[in-house]
Amino acid sequence: MTHAASTQSATPEAGKGVPAEVPGADRGDIKQNKVRRTGAPGEKPNILAGIGGWLWLAVIILPIYYIFITSFRTSEDLRASNQLLPSTNPTIAPFIKVLQNDFLHYFSNSVIVTLSTVAVVLSVSVMAAYYITRSTTLGGKRLFQIILLGIAIPVQATIIPVYYLIQQLGIYDTLWALILPQIAFAIPLSVLIIVNFVRDIPAELFESMKVDGAGEWRILFSLVLPMAKPALMTVGIYQALQVWNSFLFPLVLTQSSDVRVLPLSLWEYSGQFGIDVPATLAAVVLSALPLLVVYIFARRHIVAGLTAGFGK
Amino acid sequence: MTETAARSKASGLGHKGPSFLMAVPAVLFFGIFALIPLIGVVVISFMEWNVLGSPTWVGLSNWTAVLFDRPFTWTALSLTLVFVVGSYLFQAPVALLLGVFMAGQQRYRALLAVLYFLPLLFSSVAVGLTFQSLFSPNYGLSAALPFEWLPNDWLANSDLVMWVMIFVVGWCFVPFHGLLYQAGVRQIPASMYEAATIDGAGRLRQFFSITLPQLRYTIITSSTLMLVGSLTYFDLIYVLTGGQPADAVRILPLDMYVTGFASYNLGYASVIAVILVAIGLTLSLLLNVLSGSSKMDSDKAGA
Repeated sequence: MTHAASTQSATPEAGKGVPAEVPGADRGDIKQNKVRRTGAPGEKPNILAGIGGWLWLAVIILPIYYIFITSFRTSEDLRASNQLLPSTNPTIAPFIKVLQNDFLHYFSNSVIVTLSTVAVVLSVSVMAAYYITRSTTLGGKRLFQIILLGIAIPVQATIIPVYYLIQQLGIYDTLWALILPQIAFAIPLSVLIIVNFVRDIPAELFESMKVDGAGEWRILFSLVLPMAKPALMTVGIYQALQVWNSFLFPLVLTQSSDVRVLPLSLWEYSGQFGIDVPATLAAVVLSALPLLVVYIFARRHIVAGLTAGFGK
Repeated sequence: MTETAARSKASGLGHKGPSFLMAVPAVLFFGIFALIPLIGVVVISFMEWNVLGSPTWVGLSNWTAVLFDRPFTWTALSLTLVFVVGSYLFQAPVALLLGVFMAGQQRYRALLAVLYFLPLLFSSVAVGLTFQSLFSPNYGLSAALPFEWLPNDWLANSDLVMWVMIFVVGWCFVPFHGLLYQAGVRQIPASMYEAATIDGAGRLRQFFSITLPQLRYTIITSSTLMLVGSLTYFDLIYVLTGGQPADAVRILPLDMYVTGFASYNLGYASVIAVILVAIGLTLSLLLNVLSGSSKMDSDKAGA
């Protein structure tokens, strides 16, 4: 037991040392993954685990496969043939129907909300993280504690006052109503992840920049920003995913179709298209497509980031 | 934390750190849209408010009404308990095993890990609509597969719907937690396994004597996220069932939404919200204490 405890205390440090080992290298987290691929005892094939792994794959893939093949059917075809086999007469009609129903408008709303939220979150979080890690007074520590507390605040539980506030501010049913609160709820986790990176920038680097006469903004732009790049990437992607898919905020804080975002549009489509299941699922495909593209190109960053952000 | 404090103290001799102005924007956003609402929900729980008018102070009457005059609160609470415990019992072991499995080395596992991640890319509405279609008694799975037990109205059967929800929510969140465990396992020093192999410990023995104890903090982090997450989970349940049939899955967050934004009783809804916050904070504090007070700082960092 004592043995386990002593090695455990060494583990988080080893993990935290990553950015320091490869300062400035924004692909450091990737290398990390490769070097450390040593954990499990992988010599003998573990048949049972293998079976379990493939079984879970089936559970994961079946619904996704179903969305995909169904989106290329007509609704008559859906009822007439086996739903788990691809249609013999594939059609893109469901996609056309969705695109003709303002999909691009909702899509651009989602893009606006997501990009502006993420941009603001990144800028304010990196500034706060710089203050927290380098503050010489108690203020930084206190602020960090308060912000960490924020991680435990359930968004759902505060939606009623947020709704009241948004109404009082006169921005109900605007894109602002989605952007402002989502920035706030993204801050705690973002600050936490960025602080964990900025903390590992050697103090000497800050000192030497100060000796050279650099002001705090200069230090932020020339030292903190480049060094925290992997963390910013992680935070950006993770929060973009959250905002892109968020449902409760749009449901409560917006109303008109002018400011409708994608998750809500799916909800509306399913009512509007009724029994036209393929069209609804085509909308699902279209709304997930951008994320899929991002995932394909930035997979390593996303995975490394998520694990660095939460795991130890 | 102590490390930072020490470092900033050492470097702070004679210098002053960055000005608080740097943190002001974050503090403002966070304060206005997260902290004040947190206080606000407590305040509104003492007010009567039906959305249209302005809130008026009614003292404890919302609280007594929700807690004592409304039997459904206790039903919702027990449904929440079933949902949270059920979700945990489903997600935790699958995610743990999946994480251990994914941490291995073979190439095909890397490929599987790519695919396991996919559910995280779909919004809860997308997942909801998909499963609605898959679970439909008229088409979907029940029409496609020749099993007698399949043609069931999975979402309209009040005995089944809770288990269906636990499964679908698990489908969404197991990948994320699997990822956490994968990261945790990869940080276990390989030398421990080598030593154990030399000592003749088998795979099971290694799992229980090395992997599990070493993952202790990952388990705490992941459990906190899972428990508090399902305690406040709303999206999928609302999309898939709206609480129906017969309020069989009207757990507290959904009950709060319906009470507040469908029945326009925001005072009652706020009481439910405060109860949720209280249970959530208690849960995470409890888990934090379990993880040992010496680890407190870095555990908060993980939650």
